[in-house]
Amino acid sequence: MQTNTKILAKKFGYLSPDTLQEALTLLDVHKKNHLKILAGGTDLLVKMKTTDLNVDYLMSIKNIKELDYLDTDKGLKIGAITTLSHIIKEKKVKTDYTALFEGIHSMAAPAIRNMGTIAGNLGNASPAADTIPPLMVLGAKVKLQSKQGERTVFVEDFTTGVGKTVMEPDELISEIIIPEISKTSSSAFLKKSRVKADLSKINCAVYLERRSNVCQDCRIAFGSVATTVIRARKTEELLKGKVINVDVIHQAAIEASQEIKPIDDIRSTADYRLAMAGIMLRDAIELAWSRAVKGKRSKKSG
Amino acid sequence: MDKIPIQFTLNSQNKQMLVFPNDLLINLLRDELYLTGTKYGCGIGECGACTVFIDDEPILSCLTLAVSINGKEIITIEGLAKGNELHPMQIAFLKHAAVQCGFCTPGMILTAIALLRENPNPTEEEIKEYMRGNICRCTGYVQIVKAIKACAKEQNKQNQHDTIDSIVMLRRCQDD
Repeated sequence: MQTNTKILAKKFGYLSPDTLQEALTLLDVHKKNHLKILAGGTDLLVKMKTTDLNVDYLMSIKNIKELDYLDTDKGLKIGAITTLSHIIKEKKVKTDYTALFEGIHSMAAPAIRNMGTIAGNLGNASPAADTIPPLMVLGAKVKLQSKQGERTVFVEDFTTGVGKTVMEPDELISEIIIPEISKTSSSAFLKKSRVKADLSKINCAVYLERRSNVCQDCRIAFGSVATTVIRARKTEELLKGKVINVDVIHQAAIEASQEIKPIDDIRSTADYRLAMAGIMLRDAIELAWSRAVKGKRSKKSG
Repeated sequence: MDKIPIQFTLNSQNKQMLVFPNDLLINLLRDELYLTGTKYGCGIGECGACTVFIDDEPILSCLTLAVSINGKEIITIEGLAKGNELHPMQIAFLKHAAVQCGFCTPGMILTAIALLRENPNPTEEEIKEYMRGNICRCTGYVQIVKAIKACAKEQNKQNQHDTIDSIVMLRRCQDD
C-alpha cells in the first residue's frame, strides 16, 4: 500500500473529555462504534498513517488532569496520561524500579517520551514493548475502569496477542500499580536493537531477591520472542533457592534459550534471538545481582 | 467531519483557528501559518525534523493532532530569535558550522535547547544520548555536538558573570 505519512488521511470524529467520568460515559455510548483511545499518539497515529487501521472516533484522554499523577507513597501508582519523561525523572523509579527506568530510558528519544505514556505502551500491546517486561517482573497491575465499575489485571495477563488485550470496548486504563519491592531485591532490563532509539529485536527484564549468596525469588520476562511478552518460568524455577554462581547462571541461560520460541521477522531472525537470549539473560542476572548487594550496603550505611 | 475551533499561543501571539480532527500540527504550521521552518522528514517519529515546543517541551508535530493544541503554547524555530538577535544556540550552530543542508537544523536546535534546560553542563555522551531522536542525513554530527558543547560553556560563563555581577552589586549596595 502506498502511504503518505505527511498527512493523516483517515477521517474520524474527535472526542476530548475533561474528566474521567465523562470519558467513561463516552466509551459506554460509543461501545458499538470503533473508538480508539488516544494518549501520546506516538504509536496509534503512526499505525493510522501506515496501515489500514480505520476508526470512527478518536478519544483523546490528554485533557483528563485527574489521570496525570505519579504517586510514590506505597509502591508506585502511575496515572494513565503521565508521560514517560515524567516517570523517569522520578528518583524512586530509578532506585527501586530500575528495570522500568531502563526500559523507558531505552525507548525512542526525549520528544517521544514527552508525548508517550506507559498506559499507551500497554494498550498498544506490542510484543516488543519496552515497558511490559519490566512491569511484568515487578508484579505490576493495570486498573481498568468502565461505567460499570473497575477491575485490576496483572500486566502478565493483560496482553493476549499482537495488539490484543483483555480490555472490553467500554474500558479504559486508568492506572498502573506497582507494588512496593523488598529491600533485598533488585531488577535490570536489557535490550538489543539496531540503533539505540530503535524498537527491540529482543529484550529481557529480570527481578530477583537476594539473601547473601542465594537467590530467594526471581522473575524473568522476554519481549519480541512470541506474540506477547512472556515469562520464562522454567528458568525462574531453576534459579530459585540456588546459590548464584557462574555455573548456575550458565545453566539458566541455556534453559532460557530452550524455553523461548522466537520467529524470523523484519527486525531480526529466530537464530539471532536464540543466540542473544542466553547472553542477555546472563548479563541481566549479573547486573540485577550486583545491584542487590549495592542496594543493601547503601541502606545499611545510610 | 466538521471543523473544530481552537485557540493557542504561537511564538507569543494568540491564534484562533478552525481545524479538522485529522489535521496534523505540522501541516497547520507549514501550510496554514506559513511557518516552514518546521520540517517534514519521516512522518512516523523517527527523525525529529518536525520538533516544536508545546508548553516548553519538545514534541513531534507530525504525530500531534492540531485539535489537541487547544489552550497550549507553541514555539517553533521562528519564535527563538528576539527581533534580529538570534538565540545563543542558533549562534553556536552558525559559529561551529553545525549546518550543512539545514533540513534537520530547526529540530536539532530546539532539542538542544531543551537538553541544556534539563542539563546545563552535559558531557559528550549525554549530548549524543539526548539528541538521538534527531537525525542528520548529511551526518554532520561532530559539528552539532561541538556547537551544543560550546553553547553550554557560553551559557555557564554568562551565568557565572551574572552571579559575579550580582555579588559585586550586592557589595556596592552594602558599601553604600
